[in-house]
Amino acid sequence: MAHKSLEEINEKIKKGIAVVVTAEEVIGIVDEMGPKKAAEEVDVVTTGTFGAMCSTGMFINFGHSTPPIRMTRVWLNDVPAFAGLAAVDSYIGATELSKTRGMEYGGAHVIEDLIAGKDINLYAESYGTDCYPRKEISTTINKSNINQAYMFNPRNAYQNYPAACNMSDRIIYTYMGTLLPNGGNVTYCTAGCLSPLINDPEYRTIGIGTRVFLGGAQGYVAWEGTQHNPDQERGENGVPISLAGTLALIGDIKQMSTRFIKAAVYQNYGISMFMGVGIPIPILDEDMIRKTAVKDSEIFTDIVDKSGHEGVIRRVSYAELRSGSVELKGRRVQTSPLSSLKVAREIAALLKEEVKKGEFTLTQPVAGLPRHNTVNKLEIRGNSNE
Amino acid sequence: MNKIKVTMRFSANDITIPVTYHLVKDYDLMVNILNADISLNKIGTLVADLAGEQENIEQGLEFIRGLGVDVRIFNKNIIWEADKCIHCGACTAVCPSGALVMDKTDWSLTFDREKCLICGLCVKACPINVMNITDNGE
Repeated sequence: MAHKSLEEINEKIKKGIAVVVTAEEVIGIVDEMGPKKAAEEVDVVTTGTFGAMCSTGMFINFGHSTPPIRMTRVWLNDVPAFAGLAAVDSYIGATELSKTRGMEYGGAHVIEDLIAGKDINLYAESYGTDCYPRKEISTTINKSNINQAYMFNPRNAYQNYPAACNMSDRIIYTYMGTLLPNGGNVTYCTAGCLSPLINDPEYRTIGIGTRVFLGGAQGYVAWEGTQHNPDQERGENGVPISLAGTLALIGDIKQMSTRFIKAAVYQNYGISMFMGVGIPIPILDEDMIRKTAVKDSEIFTDIVDKSGHEGVIRRVSYAELRSGSVELKGRRVQTSPLSSLKVAREIAALLKEEVKKGEFTLTQPVAGLPRHNTVNKLEIRGNSNE
Repeated sequence: MNKIKVTMRFSANDITIPVTYHLVKDYDLMVNILNADISLNKIGTLVADLAGEQENIEQGLEFIRGLGVDVRIFNKNIIWEADKCIHCGACTAVCPSGALVMDKTDWSLTFDREKCLICGLCVKACPINVMNITDNGE
């Protein structure tokens, strides 16, 4: 059934003869030559997204001082990091707030500053042990004097995301941006037809071990992402209508570029991080070319009231959201993106060049992502929550 | 020819004279209304560009003030650090005048200074802090 194996595609990449196009370009190619011919012609389709992904963070190993310390509490530029690991291992989450600057600066900024090559203040405390006598340390670190520093993002690249509005009578500040009262605006946050998991909706080629573009570096899919929800309602084309598949991603921050990873502050909400993610998809057969040729008009999502008053308001296509306005309860309302399509395109184009030049080869997943999974709700048990 | 941007605040129920008409007819000013919020029995605001000879602008402002209208000349400015912008579009969600819009071909942010009301909403909405409000020092 397969037209091409992954090995054949990688062989073409090595010889510099692979046909690589972006997930936007493939649409016109399939329209023009039909899926059968296009599947023979095209070898790889590249995707890209650049949106705020809160479930993002970094493991870091500081190296041992003399005398050594078993760090129990760690702050990086006054932002608390998790230290419940071995002596000088730590994890800093993107959304963690600074103890001194609050919402102005947080974990995401520490990560961005480290990638930018800046010095970061490290302060750590300990109770002191026989083998780790030091009880306090204060120094500066940067990306060249530490050991490993790698992103481990428990949930990136959401397959789809509901658009947001606000049906209450006051302005609300959310991770979906500032939402004006009485349904005054709509915001949305995916790269649509360029988004990685939209182009491989049933996870045929993307799985554990898949090499990905992450923040400008080559990273990998480590696991299914948290809240991975493949059982979400899907359209006839297999594309989920709402929150569905997610990816846990890893990558070396020393290879990353601040062009493709950026700290973000959402007013009255908190800190997040723009992550640039791109995944090349091998065109194994006609099914994969059809999947990657999906258009914004064939991808749907729900507009949800973030004030909690009304739930789902209506279903829209990304083509409608991209048009600049949608009808909401009988009137035209402005729509605004929150993820950067411009940078998503840049990522897909960059990945295309890297694959073409043989700098980025495709990988066979070591194991597949779950096709079925239940997302549990947090039940409030006991009676101490009143 | 000079141009200034002003906010005029009218007290509730107070204005019976067609201000814009007089600015055009008597003071030879070009009035470009950028935002208007005027309704019966409420304080009204009008944001407009006034363009014309400096002398006429001054006399026109004198005339409006004489009607008891509170006139404020904008002396602030929105600075967009375009080279640092990631073109996400978050600011376009709050811009009331359509000064900040996405270019639908390359999906970059565009900023039309002429339409800007200098309300400052974009400064707070920008997640990466590339919109700033500054004093012109006037």
